[in-house]
Amino acid sequence: MPLSPVLTYRWGADQSWRLSTYESMDGYAALRTALSMAPDELVTMVKDSGLRGRGGAGFPTGMKWSFIPQPKPGEEPTGPAALPKYLVVNADEGEPGTCKDLPLMMADPHSLIEGVIISAYAIRSKFAAIYVRGEAVHAHRRLMAAVEEAYAAGYLGTDILGTGYDLELVVHAGAGAYICGEETALLESLEGYRGQPRLKPPFPAVAGLYGSPTVINNVETLASVPFVVRGGPAWFKAMGPEKSPGPKIYSISGRVVRPGQYEAPMGTTMRELLEMAGGVRPGHELKFWTPGGSSTPYFTAEHLDVPLDFDSVAAAGSMLGTTALMVFDETDSIVEATLRFTQFYAHESCGKCTPCREGTYWLVQVLQRIVDGQGTAQDLDLLVDTCDNILGRSFCALGDGATSCISSSLKYFKDDYVALLPPEEQARLGRSLRLEPVGAAS
Amino acid sequence: MSALPGSIEGALTTGLDDSPVLPAPADLPPLTEQTRLEAREIIARYPVPRSALLPMLHLVQSYQGYVSPEGVALCAEELGLTKAEVGAVATFYTMYKRRPTGRHIVSVCTNTLCSVLGGQRIMDALSADLGVHHDETAADGSITLEHAECLAACDYAPVVTVDYEFYDQQDVESARELVAALRRGEKPHPTRGAPLTDFRGVSRQLAGFNQYEDPRAAVDAPGNYEPTLIGLRLAEERGESAPAMTTGPEDQPADAGEPRDTVRPSGDTGETPGKEAADARVAAADTPAEKAGAAGSHPDAPEPSGRSLADSDDGTDTPAGSEPGTSGQGPQREA
Repeated sequence: MPLSPVLTYRWGADQSWRLSTYESMDGYAALRTALSMAPDELVTMVKDSGLRGRGGAGFPTGMKWSFIPQPKPGEEPTGPAALPKYLVVNADEGEPGTCKDLPLMMADPHSLIEGVIISAYAIRSKFAAIYVRGEAVHAHRRLMAAVEEAYAAGYLGTDILGTGYDLELVVHAGAGAYICGEETALLESLEGYRGQPRLKPPFPAVAGLYGSPTVINNVETLASVPFVVRGGPAWFKAMGPEKSPGPKIYSISGRVVRPGQYEAPMGTTMRELLEMAGGVRPGHELKFWTPGGSSTPYFTAEHLDVPLDFDSVAAAGSMLGTTALMVFDETDSIVEATLRFTQFYAHESCGKCTPCREGTYWLVQVLQRIVDGQGTAQDLDLLVDTCDNILGRSFCALGDGATSCISSSLKYFKDDYVALLPPEEQARLGRSLRLEPVGAAS
Repeated sequence: MSALPGSIEGALTTGLDDSPVLPAPADLPPLTEQTRLEAREIIARYPVPRSALLPMLHLVQSYQGYVSPEGVALCAEELGLTKAEVGAVATFYTMYKRRPTGRHIVSVCTNTLCSVLGGQRIMDALSADLGVHHDETAADGSITLEHAECLAACDYAPVVTVDYEFYDQQDVESARELVAALRRGEKPHPTRGAPLTDFRGVSRQLAGFNQYEDPRAAVDAPGNYEPTLIGLRLAEERGESAPAMTTGPEDQPADAGEPRDTVRPSGDTGETPGKEAADARVAAADTPAEKAGAAGSHPDAPEPSGRSLADSDDGTDTPAGSEPGTSGQGPQREA
């Protein structure tokens, strides 16, 4: 498929982050259109576009918005419908391999802000917050300046563009915790607590920020909204497969000639993207890659033709995640790579639930022993068992994600693990290996 | 107990820090009435005061370089919390430092991708040069060194940050030179624009305040963004673009201010919003289904019967398996 710059098309303009540049390139045109529509019409339009969340799970955006309880015409609102509504932007980019939202906020912060205003209007919110990862000070700085410009120009604040609609937007910096990318942990953090996930239900759509109905959307999702409004659902659906349409920013990194951001329709294959990125570095060959960050099961050369959209990747045994394509070649040890990822999960486990807190700790111990050449014949089974006791049993998806790299590496590269065992342990392996991890890669 | 080279034993895998609590340094600048006024300014930004706690802790660090006992007490007083409640939050987050820091914090990404491209070698070299391990400060007080988890800059790997400002595509030699320059009191220019200040300055920004004499110049400072723009440049080179928006690009005047080669996904200048654009969308739709979809979003379309009722019912009765749950870069559970 050809490249299709939509979200990225302004990025190359001179001082693309300034309001004047944005306005000269159709910026805030969609906002004027949106504010002339009824909020429900916007929700329907985004539903019709088929836009699915770009933060990883791919939940339909318009449907998420429609879950917000709204007062019914002619009735006195009660329950959640009577509470204020909030829009929270998840800009806590930190999934290993993922690097799309920071460039977007650096190069085109107003596209996010315009998306926020339209989306907040659609769900009848008067207060929105952008939760930016604390380490991302460069993007935070551009965003703060852009929000200031938007206030000064009347796009934010009271009586926006004379329509009577009010919206306050706060840029809120996090403080270094991967778990805050999990949406309920993010809400805890935004409320000034330790970033530990909440039990669901109730879902944030009913009881989110301050116990009120809340929509949490990813940066790329919200930046897509103005384009949906301007182009219309049919235009948006002209790109990519019917069930996960639209343009997508693919982030290619690692052992390729030209790493970077490539925007193409959903469903573009890794073979096509690798070609755009100049291929694997000369003299080397692809060994393994992630379709959507470290929490998505590894793919190999046999998966080069899987269309990279939500459903096709899931059918092939992984997850689209954040389309963070980390590429590794034959010089990279998959066991060491997996150890590094597992150390990351152990470090970032919030400690709330036992399977994740204890499980990730022990996974690191076992993997380290194997990498150090001190593994035993039982260790591979032990890894599988430990993953089995985390997957589906942890409080949130961090624990599940921690097992992906282990389960999938054992599935595709079991021999690489075996080769690290001492010879006498290899001899004891026999045929008893339980190397089809339960529940893995499904 | 294993840890990355360059880590305090045990610190990496458990997140625990068993270092002794030291008395505050004698030269610590005090928190002042000004600090309190700024804290109250932060509180005023939010519907609920406690939301201000994270930015307030950044504010404390902007004055004192770490979260001091005095800073914890100030946050507790202003928010009506106990010091234990504030301490529980401060110890959860990596960016809140529990011991006095150096002037600069140098963070080396040693997560998998940066690591295989040289990040771990950089960490080891800097650790040797500075004579410190992870989360320790050089004897001259110039630099606190740490290894960092993925910094969301894999396309620029391997990366090092100084006070969270990026120095992209580093190698052992460039990183050693960077650190040597910092120790000489120099401030090498970060790859992505704004000039380097110091840890306290950046903490001030994270608290939501300006840290520059000329903030606009800092925001507009040029940087090097080749990997960010690489796909856009390739699309221009190949003449590839997204489908045009359906109001008909031929009918629209070209925007004079726009770079010639930029591919616009739009023919709609925004001057024909609403009805006309919607008419065009309906007219341009190829299939009956698309036509219905486009017509449904037409401003003149009647409200589909029962829609708002059905939607609000959905909201309180989310079906199993359609969890509207996951929205960010963090952990995701498949819906």
